[in-house]
Amino acid sequence: MRNSATSFSRSGLSDWLVQRVSAYILAAYFLVIVGFLICRHEVGFADWYAFMTSTAMRIFTLLSLLALAGHAWVGLWTVFTDYVTERQLGPKASVLRLLLQVGMAIFIFVYVVWGIQILWGN
Amino acid sequence: MKSNRPVNLSLSTVLAVNLKSPVAIASILHRISGVLIFLLIPVLLYVLQESLISEQAFIAVKADVLGGLIGGFLVFVALAGLIFHLVVGAKHLVQDFGIGESLQGGRLFAWLALATAGLFIIAALAWMVL
Repeated sequence: MRNSATSFSRSGLSDWLVQRVSAYILAAYFLVIVGFLICRHEVGFADWYAFMTSTAMRIFTLLSLLALAGHAWVGLWTVFTDYVTERQLGPKASVLRLLLQVGMAIFIFVYVVWGIQILWGN
Repeated sequence: MKSNRPVNLSLSTVLAVNLKSPVAIASILHRISGVLIFLLIPVLLYVLQESLISEQAFIAVKADVLGGLIGGFLVFVALAGLIFHLVVGAKHLVQDFGIGESLQGGRLFAWLALATAGLFIIAALAWMVL
């Protein structure tokens, strides 16, 4: 069996599971945020601040950031390995794909750390 | 894995075949919206950051998002991308349970997802503008 060195979990089945579990988490998070904004109609700072900095929402936001990391990794890996290929772009494609992967990983790292800083930094 | 599928088809051939298929349209837009969301995460994190600094920063960023041209555009694109990605993603989650996996079922589900996403995106635009 050939494993890809750049996939999220080195296994297609695990990648699939990561994609699904993270999808449920991210969908729930999106709906909770949008639900809050719709219910409050005119959202004020005090309301919003109390909601987002509550322990429950801090944990939920951190969970969603980690879910985003896994979800984006699996999704972008799929996109890169489908389109940035030697068949489509020639022999330099492998190098380009690796660079894209590394760049993506750095972006994901920054997103997670920035998100933690926003919610837990003050 | 050896297959005899044709490769290196011209883009016009690819488009001619795939634009007839709601499944293919939903699929490629799902990918594009995913990449778009990934690139716009900094915008969303910035809005979140500003919204939690102070009342003044909250009011300023709210004005940027709801009234500003660039801020409003970026946040709307991110929101539209999220809505589309969520709705078409939900289609996959339903299909995980074996529902809508037939050829006709898949086409119907793809049409439903495209229409639902379109409706919610229009609703989101109205929500932001009004």
